Formats: sequence, C-alpha cells, structure tokens
Amino acid sequence: MQTLVTILVLAPIVGALIAGLFGRRIGNIASQAVTTGLLFLSCALSWYVFSQHTWGGLEPFTVKLLDFINIGTFHSAWSIRIDALSATMLIVVTSVSSLVHLYSWGYMAEDPSRPRFFAYLSLFTFAMLMLVTAADFMQLFFGWEGVGLASYLLIGFWFQKDSASSAAIKAFVVNRVGDFGFALGIMTIYWMFGTINFHELFPLIAAKAGTTWTFIGYEWSALDLAAFLLFIGAMGKSAQFFLHTWLPDAMEGPTPVSALIHAATMVTAGVYMVCLLSPLFEYAPVAKTIVTYIGAITAIFAASIGFTQNDIKRVIAFSTCSQLGYMFFAAGVGAYEAAMFHLFTHAFFKALLFLGAGSVIHGMHHEQDMRKMGGLAKYLPITYACMTIGTIAITGLGIPHTQIGFAGFFSKDTIIETAWAASNTPQGMFAFCIGILAALLTAFYSWRLAFMTFHGKKIWEHAHDDHHHVVDGHTTEETTPIAHHDDHHAHDDHGHGHDDHHHAHTPHESPWVMLVPLIVLSVGAVAAGFVFAPYFVGDHAHAFWGHAIQHGPHNHVLHEAHHIKEEWVKWAPLVVTLLGTLGAVYFYLLKPQLPKAMAAQKGPLYTFLYNKWFFDEIYQATFVKGSKALGDLFWKVLDVKIIDNLGPNGAAWTALKSAQKLVRTQTGYVYHYAFVMFLGIAGLLTWVVFFMAK
Amino acid sequence: MSPVIPNLLSIITFLPLVGALAILGVKWASRKDDTAVIERNAKWIALWTTLATLALNVVLLAGFDRASTDYQFVEKVEWFSFLNYHMGVDGISVLFVALTALLMPLCILASWESVKTRVVEYMIAFLVLETLVIGVFTSLDLFLFYVFFEGGLVPMFLIIGIWGGKDRIYAAYKFFLYTLLGSVLMLAAMLYMVGVAGTSDIPTLSTFKFAAEAQPWLWFAFFASFAVKMPMWPVHTWLPDAHVQAPTAGSVMLAGILLKLGGYGFIRFNLPMFPLASEMFTPFVLTLSVIAIVVTSLIAFRQTDIKKLIAYSSVAHMGFVTMGIFAGNQAGVQGAVYQMISHGFISGALFLCVGVVYDRWHTREIAFYGGLTKLMPHFAFVFLLFTMANVGLPGTSGFVGEILTMTGLYQASTWAALVAALGVILSAMYALTLFKKVMYGEVTNEALKGHPDLSLREKIIFAPLIAGTLLLGIYPAFVFDFTTASVDAVVTTYRAVTGG
Repeated sequence: MQTLVTILVLAPIVGALIAGLFGRRIGNIASQAVTTGLLFLSCALSWYVFSQHTWGGLEPFTVKLLDFINIGTFHSAWSIRIDALSATMLIVVTSVSSLVHLYSWGYMAEDPSRPRFFAYLSLFTFAMLMLVTAADFMQLFFGWEGVGLASYLLIGFWFQKDSASSAAIKAFVVNRVGDFGFALGIMTIYWMFGTINFHELFPLIAAKAGTTWTFIGYEWSALDLAAFLLFIGAMGKSAQFFLHTWLPDAMEGPTPVSALIHAATMVTAGVYMVCLLSPLFEYAPVAKTIVTYIGAITAIFAASIGFTQNDIKRVIAFSTCSQLGYMFFAAGVGAYEAAMFHLFTHAFFKALLFLGAGSVIHGMHHEQDMRKMGGLAKYLPITYACMTIGTIAITGLGIPHTQIGFAGFFSKDTIIETAWAASNTPQGMFAFCIGILAALLTAFYSWRLAFMTFHGKKIWEHAHDDHHHVVDGHTTEETTPIAHHDDHHAHDDHGHGHDDHHHAHTPHESPWVMLVPLIVLSVGAVAAGFVFAPYFVGDHAHAFWGHAIQHGPHNHVLHEAHHIKEEWVKWAPLVVTLLGTLGAVYFYLLKPQLPKAMAAQKGPLYTFLYNKWFFDEIYQATFVKGSKALGDLFWKVLDVKIIDNLGPNGAAWTALKSAQKLVRTQTGYVYHYAFVMFLGIAGLLTWVVFFMAK
Repeated sequence: MSPVIPNLLSIITFLPLVGALAILGVKWASRKDDTAVIERNAKWIALWTTLATLALNVVLLAGFDRASTDYQFVEKVEWFSFLNYHMGVDGISVLFVALTALLMPLCILASWESVKTRVVEYMIAFLVLETLVIGVFTSLDLFLFYVFFEGGLVPMFLIIGIWGGKDRIYAAYKFFLYTLLGSVLMLAAMLYMVGVAGTSDIPTLSTFKFAAEAQPWLWFAFFASFAVKMPMWPVHTWLPDAHVQAPTAGSVMLAGILLKLGGYGFIRFNLPMFPLASEMFTPFVLTLSVIAIVVTSLIAFRQTDIKKLIAYSSVAHMGFVTMGIFAGNQAGVQGAVYQMISHGFISGALFLCVGVVYDRWHTREIAFYGGLTKLMPHFAFVFLLFTMANVGLPGTSGFVGEILTMTGLYQASTWAALVAALGVILSAMYALTLFKKVMYGEVTNEALKGHPDLSLREKIIFAPLIAGTLLLGIYPAFVFDFTTASVDAVVTTYRAVTGG
C-alpha cells in the first residue's frame, strides 16, 4: 500500500516533467498520452485506496518519504498521509483531473502549446496531491503555494493576452495575502505547541483551550488566534469575501483549467484545511463564528453577483464562490462532514458545468457572452443534456424523506439542516437564513444560464460580423489567441480550421473526447449524493471519518440535523429552489425581454451587482495605487532626495569635482583610488605591526 | 582527522591568485601585438583556475566533519605577536567558501563573450577577487580578516569602475565611500579589541568577555561596516547604482558573495563577541530589517530598470537575513545562513538572466521588452524558475530561508514578524510584474526579434544554479548538515550570555 500511494502521488509530476521538459521533442500526442495516462493511473489507485479505506478496513497511515526542514524542534518531512479526508480528496482530485486531461485533448486541440498545457495540468495535480496528503504544515504550505503556482501558470497560459497575464498575477498576489495570514498562523502554531506535525499537534490542542497568547502587543485567545490566522489562508485560496476578487478574473484561463482548478479542486483547499484542522477549530469558538459569517456572506454575496453577469464562465465562477461559502459555514457551525460532502458532490457537478460551458464555448467558436447564445439545445444535444443534469444537481433538487435527488440535494440540504441545528446561536441562524436565500438565487442564476444558453432565440445567427464586442466598457474577447497565430494551424486536427472562424458560425457539438468526461461527470452529479451520503453524513459517517474529523464535547450538529422536528425546515430548500426555477422560467423563457430592459435601465442595484460590489475598483484605488504611491515616495523622496543627498552625494559630488581636476582620464582616476585604498590598508597594517607589537 | 591534502585551505585561497599571476606571466611571455591569443589564454587560464578551485572545494566539503563545532583544516603560522597566519573553517564559513568557488567559474563563463575591453585585466581582477573573498571566510585572525575584507573592495571597485556602464565612476565612488566609512570604524574597534584582549585570534576573541560598557561601541563599529555591506536600510543606496553599472559577472559576485560578508560578519563577530550589545541593539536591528523588507520591496515595485529592481529586491531579501540573525535563536540564525546561501544562487542567477537580455539588446529598460517568452522559451523557463525562487515559492531554496527567519523572528517580536510577512506579498507583486512586462504579452518591439534563445554556454551557466535552487529547496539538509553544529554552538553561547 505504501508503494501504491507513493506512485499515486508522484505519477503526475513524472508526467509533468516529461511533457514539460521534453514536450517539444516527443511531440504533442506523446505528451498528452503520457500525462493523461499517468493521471488515469493515479485515479485508479486513488479509487483503490478510497475503497480499501471505506470498505476494506484500511487503517489510516503515513508514509515518510524524505526529511524536509529539521532545525531544533522544527521538524517537517515529505510524507503521504492517508486517512478519510485525504482519501476523499484523492478521488476528487484525480477523478476530475484525469477527466479534464482527457477533455483537453479535444478542447485544446488547436493550441500550439499543448505539451506545456498538459505539463501544467499535471504539475497542478501533483501539488494538489501533496497538499491533501501533507502530514505537517510545511508540506501543506508547499502544496498550497504549489497549486498557486500552477494556477498562475494556467490562468496566464495564453500569456500573449494582457488580461490573462494580469489575471494570473492578481490570483497569485491575492493568494499571497491569504498566505501571509497562513504563514503567521503556522508560526503561531509552532511557538504555541512546539510542533507543526498534525499527528503530534492535535492531541495537544485541548489543553490550550482558554489560554491566551500575546501577539502584536495584545493578549488573544490562543486557539482562536491561531485558527483565525490559518483561516485567512483558506479565505485566499477559496476566494472568500474580501479575498475573492481573483476568482472571476481567473476565468481568463482555458476552460478545462477553470473546471479543474477554479471549481472542483484548488479552491476547495481552504475548506479542506478547515476540516483537516477540526481539532483546532473545535476549540476556537470565535474563529468558528468568523468562518460561519464569512462563509455565509460569501454564499449570498457571490450569488447576488452571479445573476447579473453575462459571461458564461463568470456566472459559474461566482456560483463556485457561493457554493464554497456554503461549505465554509457548514464547517463553521461544526458540520465538517457536511462541508466535505458538499465539496465532494460539488466537484462533480461544478466540473460538469464548467466543462459543459467549455463545450458550448468550443461549439460557439470561442464566444463566452451568453447574450450572444440562445437556442443551442438543438445543436449541442449531449452538452445540453449534461448541462441540464449539472444544473439540476447544483440547485439541489430532490424530495425530502426519500433517497430521490441529485447530488446537490443530499449535500446542500444537509448543510442547511446543520445550520438549523446550530440556529440557537446567532451565526447559526444567520447561516441558515442565508443558506435558504442563496438556494433561491442559486436556482435562479443556474437556470438563467441554462435558458440563456440553450433556449430562446438563436441570437448568434445575427452576430456574424462583430467578433469583438464591447459591452458596457468590458471587452469580451475570444478565449484563445489561437486565431492570431496562423502559423500553427497546419497542425489543426480538429473539425474547424482557421478559415471557418469567419464564415461558418453554426454551433456544433463537441468531439467525443470532450463529451465522455461530461457524461461521466453527469453520472457523478446524479449518483454521488445518494451513493455516498450514508458514508459522509449518514449512518456510517462515524466509521468512515474515524479520527480524521474530530468534534468537541458539545458539538452534535450533524446528529441533531438528522432529527429536526420542524418539518418546514426540510421542505424549505425544495420550495425556494422551485421558486427560483420558476422565476428563471418566467424571466428567461417566457418574458426574455424583461431582464434585458432591466439591465438596460442600469438601476443602482443592478450597477452595484454587475460591477461586483465595486471590490476591484476599491482595491485598485487603495492597495494598488497606495503601494505605487508609497513606492514612489520611498524611492524618489527618501532614497534619492534625502538619503543620497545627506550621505554620498554631498561628499561624492565634491570629491568627484576635485578629483576631476587632479586626474585627467577616468580610468586613471579609478586606479588612483584603488591605489589609495591599498596604500591605506598597508599603512594601517604597518602601524598595527610596529606600534602594537611593542 | 588528517586532511587529504595538506594546507588545503591555503591552496584553495591562493590558487586563484596563482592563476592571476599565470595570466600575467603568459602575457609577458607572449608577443605584445598578439592580443587575441593573450586574451584567449587569459580566459582559459581563469576558467581552469576557478574550476580547479571548485574541485578542491569538493575535497574540502567531503573531508569536513559535519558533527564537529570546531574549526577544521586549521593552519597556523606565527608571524607577529598580533598578526598570525591563522586559517580554518567551520560549518558556516565552509559553505560560503564553496559558494564562492561555485559562482566564480560561472562568472568567468558569463563574461566569455560580453567583455571585450581589457580582457586580461578583467580576468585577473576576478581571480584576485576570488582569493580575497575566500580569504575573508577562511581567516581566523582579526587583522588577516581585515586585509581580506577590505582588500576585496579593490577588485570589485575596479570591476565596476573600469568595465561598468555609463555612470560607472559615480557608482564606484559611492560604493567606495560607503564601505570605507564602515571599515574605518571597524578597524578602530579591532585595534581596541586587540589592545584589551592581547590577541587577534578570532576563536579566542569569541570567548573573551568584553566589558559591558565597551560592547555597545565595539558592536556598533562592526555593525557599521557589516550593515553597509549587507546592505541594510538606510545605508543601501550604493547597491542599486553599483549593480546597474557593474558588468553582469560583477553583479553576480556582488549579490552572490559580497553582500554575504555582512551577514557572515554579524554571525562571526557581533553575536559571539558582543552578546550583551547584540541583545541591547536587537530591537534596533529588527526595526531596520523589517523596514528594509517593506520599503525596498515597494521601491522595487516602481523600478523601470530590470537590474535596479533586482538590486532593490536583494536589499529586501537581506532584510530577512539580518532579522534572522538578531532573532538570536536556532530557527532565525539557521534560516539566515540558509537564506544567504540560497540568495547566492537565486540573485546570482537573476543577474545572469539580466545579462542574457542585456548581451542581446544592450538595454535594461523594462519598457523596451515584452513578449520574450515566445521568442526565447528556454530563457522563459529559467527566468520564471528564478523569479519564483525569488518570490520564495516552496520547493525552491528561497522558501526555506524566508520561513525559518520569519519563524525565528516571531519569537523575538511578533510585530516584526507581521511586518516581515508583508514581504511575501510585496515580493510577489514586483517580481511577477517584472516577469509579465518582460516575458508576457505580444512582441510589439520589432527590435526584439532575430536573437537566439539561450546558447549552450548560457545553459551550462544556469544548470548548476537551477539544480542548486531546486535541490536545496526540496532537501535543505544539504546545507543544514554542515551548519547545524556550528550555528547551534553560536546560538547556545549567545543565549547563555543573554539569558534567553
């Protein structure tokens, strides 16, 4: 088993290295085959490990591969930790990743840099696997920043585009803001407990409950401080309120990337971390409350933006942001199992939605604006069917008291019920209300997306000439710059060559290599809920999670959620989902001109939501402009005007003037000074030797 | 333990000087008008000499007892009662010697085609520089140390002043002025110390207990000299100018080795010899360090000259070193030593990257570039790797030094750790922005076209640096195996005196 998990984790990096370093030599097909093949190997092994854990009685274990940093009591090692949490993440990561690899054979078929793309995808997968199997904070941080690197590289994959490389930097820097807190959190943990190893750390935590810790001159509740600092890292990685601004921009990356990194796996790393650190959070009530509020606010905030956006990928991005909010408030109220379960089901249907959107974009010749779509159901029937399944799954449709429902039903309803179970606290009540409200919005914007894309008028029939549309000051450009690089089109093995771009605009269904992943994910979006609910949150939950998730003595929310007496609580999610669906039907199927008119009016609320609550503008005006101004101040005023003029320039300038009188040539001048320095040293030495050696 | 080769340290130290003399000898022996031959010979002699020194360093590292805290490969010859020829290395200095020996052949290679004037003198200057810098790390006598320490200025001064850019005179002068100021103070302090302690032997002085009232003055005198070398804020303004004007290899030596003399000095002198003063001045040093990190990172963000940007980034990274040292605990000092070694690789490589583009287009203006990734994919890979290492990405050596120095600092002051941690955000801002402006986007400047990707020579230069950065990033024990015993000894002694 130890060898198997080692192969499992290392296979993707082997693929990444082969494709990345030798991609040009071995060619596109070989690069794709190697990376995809190794990923499927990883995936098969992951399912084996998961099934052994769930049904085969495999005990949690840790394989130590190599020492990492060992200084005094600061110990860390490269290792692979297998338990319920990591086993769950292993199958999520490798399943989605291998399907995305496969899908990219079709989606990226026209791209000249395919080896690089597949290398990055595999690199990402490796970093993500290191993250989820970490046994201490150093490796967790390595994976954390490693996925950040891969995300940076993939968002900026089409680096010729300025918007892509800017979005890549934004993602990296905003994540670094999170990592700033994360790093401080790790240091706090180290000095508080003397270890950064999870296994050693967890048993020590309970004893610190109620103690205080001095940080930046104040006394804080020790565990709350540590948990909060670490949570800042989670906020960055999982694009939570305040640190969410990078996620919509990250849609600059190719769509398979959005599906893998910015929906199914990387952005869930924050949720994973909070669940992994449940032993800590359980004793950090204030931090948990903050997690709940931030999660709930994000859930509603992102949803509110989601239904004004017109870029198909951005809608899904905000939907992701919102669903991550659900996971966080679930963890915040203490239902880590529910958070992990939603993470699990969400991975399937969100990857499905993104890959479906990719199929639409592909079929629409790189059009992402939903206002240019419509009526695509007939042209992309399989994509349509899969996207519909994904939409039903995300809205969480299902019948309470039965086992009938799509994946989202099981996980989202559990979350809402646990929030209700915790509603004796203000944050629990808040989370519950938000959970219901956001469910309404989720149904609305998800169906809005489906209807605008697949139903209604075929708007694209009339939009032949202007391929670059400027809408409300936002340029919606093509996703790929391929069209600009004619020289590579000789290798175009896909249906439509360069010429088609300007003539045939009829949408077309995607190739099978893209549809198969959609179909597989659709199966997951339907079945992941009822198959796994008993293990994640049901009768087998205790046995399934083992010690991977720990509860404080007073935390029974998951148990209580199963015994809710109020019948309306169980039905409320279904009711609001249907309401949201009906709303979308009314506005986007029956009266499609209404929302257009409302958008055209540009009312204050619409403008506020459309501009994403103006976060970008505010951050631009404060942090970006602020650091530029400070940089200029420190440089041009402090360094150049003050320090240099007080110091060297005063003296240097005078000396230089006089030196020029003395010495004719510049080189002579240099030698002169060198000579003086030597003389000086020699003189001093002489003095030392003869005077001090009395 | 008997060394494999007797007097190995002396051989390593002075072999480059012998090479320099050999170049002179060949020049005198050749016909005067045969410059091409003379220059080619000079290059090859320099390369082989530095490679031989590197090979001897492998022997040195292999024969080094990592468990011992003692000075090893010790050579001692009595000269005068106050100036002895006393050489030896411990786990800290041995790595700096090796780093110097590794970077030097790369510097020679990097100058192979770019230096066209006074090639003979240039090679001699570098070889002399190598001897003097290695001497700093190997000498165990106060005055011997001083001779090497100050002597190293001379060739560096010449390298900037003769082979530098347009404003080389100003830069060289600024460099000279700053460093001289510090060293005068240090010399005065040394004279006093020898007068009081009656010996110039560094190991003896390390255990000599200087009077508590004298310590602050002595500490400050040494500090002045080392702070300029690091350089610490606010005595850093010579560095950007020096870097901008220096030829590529000069920058590599400056950033890779010469800046480390300051940090080495702090660990070798300030901490063990003046522990009480070190503790007293700790808040002062930590403040300057974290100011350096934030202020120079912000300044770097605004630079329009590639080299200046990297130079300012160097100052910020040296801030991590000083704060780690004066955190005065294992994590801090180990992290600082590690950060210095790592920065030797990373900053050296970054300056070589600048050299790559400068050799092709003869400008360092960021605005001139753009879209190079498409034209030079191999270069893009190398530059990205070192940019990420500079940003402190885990998996590269840059990370280990930063996280350890910050961890060490956290114990000394959580405020300082908080401010220092801002550095990880700021470094990402300036480094990635630079990379974007130079490497990403479309190629809009026609002048950029028509130049080849990395040549074989350039790849050979980068290969050891890439390997080093990644290996140290994944398995830092390569460094810690050497440093742990010596650093622990320094920290334990320091803590025993200051009662921490």
